[in-house]
Amino acid sequence: MSDFFDIFLLEAVINGLLLGGLLALLALGLNLIFGVIDVVWICYAEMMMIGMYTIWWLHVEQGWPLLAAFAAGIATLAVLGAALHQFIIRPVLAAEPINQLLVTGGVLFFLQAVATVAFGVEFRNLGVRLPTFAIGEMNLSLARLIAFAVALAAIGATWLFLSRSYMGTAIRAISQDRAIMPLMGVDPGRIYLTTSAIGGGLAGLAACLLVLQYDIHPAIGLSFGPITFLICVMGGLGNLIGGFLAAFVFAQFIAVGGFMFQLEWGYVIAFVFFIATMFWKPEGLFAKRR
Amino acid sequence: MLELNGVSAGYGAFQALFDVSLKVDAGEAVAVIGPNGAGKTTLLRVISKLIEPSAGALSMEGRRYNDVPAHEVIALGIAQVPEGRRLFPRLSVEDNLKMGAYTPAARSRHAERLEFVYSLFPKMKERRLQMAGTMSGGEQQMCAIGRALMSGPKLLLLDEPSAGLAPVVVQSIFGLMRTIREQGYTVLIVEQNIQQVLKVVDRAYLLETGRIRQSGPAAELLASDEIRRAYLGV
Repeated sequence: MSDFFDIFLLEAVINGLLLGGLLALLALGLNLIFGVIDVVWICYAEMMMIGMYTIWWLHVEQGWPLLAAFAAGIATLAVLGAALHQFIIRPVLAAEPINQLLVTGGVLFFLQAVATVAFGVEFRNLGVRLPTFAIGEMNLSLARLIAFAVALAAIGATWLFLSRSYMGTAIRAISQDRAIMPLMGVDPGRIYLTTSAIGGGLAGLAACLLVLQYDIHPAIGLSFGPITFLICVMGGLGNLIGGFLAAFVFAQFIAVGGFMFQLEWGYVIAFVFFIATMFWKPEGLFAKRR
Repeated sequence: MLELNGVSAGYGAFQALFDVSLKVDAGEAVAVIGPNGAGKTTLLRVISKLIEPSAGALSMEGRRYNDVPAHEVIALGIAQVPEGRRLFPRLSVEDNLKMGAYTPAARSRHAERLEFVYSLFPKMKERRLQMAGTMSGGEQQMCAIGRALMSGPKLLLLDEPSAGLAPVVVQSIFGLMRTIREQGYTVLIVEQNIQQVLKVVDRAYLLETGRIRQSGPAAELLASDEIRRAYLGV
């Protein structure tokens, strides 16, 4: 086997690792919502898409500095997450899971339609092109490296928040026994709203990172939503650590599979792996202990 | 300290409490005894506002609190150890205790009260990093009581603390009750283990099918023919 082959395989593995960080960030938001509120936001990636448009519109159309547009994008999605909970999820909290899925599925198509009406179907981009740089014979993209570092930092910060703060402890506690939360002086509704805002904010952060790498169009959520959902299922829905690990496994299938064959084949292999997982370990590779 | 006046409550069409009046004075330990299904747990749930009373008045330290939402009752100084302990099983002992100190007022005294709870129950300090759900029933009861004490309550409500525990452990639970009394807490305890509980409280109310049937000093109830016949089997 030639050195040439090895160095590009290594590049694929590194790109997989970088993609894994981003997918892990997406999975964290979706998993957090599911783990705490027991509802799957099928429209999660579409919310992220709205965040990407928000950033693009503020930066390109309104001339905001990029970092200000990023901050506004995150804030917008935090508000959108809280609003989604308040107006869409709360009324169906006691309903059958299938109804909850359908209603967030409805929001998915609603957001796509709204984006199409507001921004059209043409591809948009920020016009920001971050350089790539070479290490030896490998070409690495700065945008991907930044995305990876920021995603991991955000995951770490979320972890610290959940494990150290009072609010974070309450967020972990409420999924274990909601009914007695008032005896602790906790208003469950407020915890749900806060969790939803955090979930939205994480989608907003993912939007900041993706908008540096991808063009924006109304259907871009479909490139990330199904993968994110499958990663969460593979890691054991609601299991934050499982989702984190599964994101890296999945990303390697995409990156290395895509390198060995063709880019599209990476996804085919990854989805076949997912389906096989569902036969072999339907509770997820890293199932949550009950 | 706590006063209930003509309180009725229920679940939907089912009425569980009828015109219940009782009071607990500062420094007292009071028991509500009665058979299974008498409405004892419902009574504590009403006091903690987990259920809205359909009639009657609740007051704490002379202030009516019918309109206070459930999650603000703890700020009035009322903490409850619920039936079955209800710890967060996959949180550590320390995190369970932290949840007891969630209110802003309690947060500022978290470290000090944690020390106090650990001095009261040294076992909890040894187990502080253990998942609460993996401890024995007696240890869980200690943790549940510790969690309630973390809010610095004026009044401690205990719902069937001995239920579901082995006889040896039940003895140690009533030992805990004495420890808590010695710390000067005002206590309202609901129990089916009538003989035991009447030995650790000052006064008691007998609740049957949602109504107060009898009340008086604990020693008096323990000696009453009706209670001896119906509940103590002598």
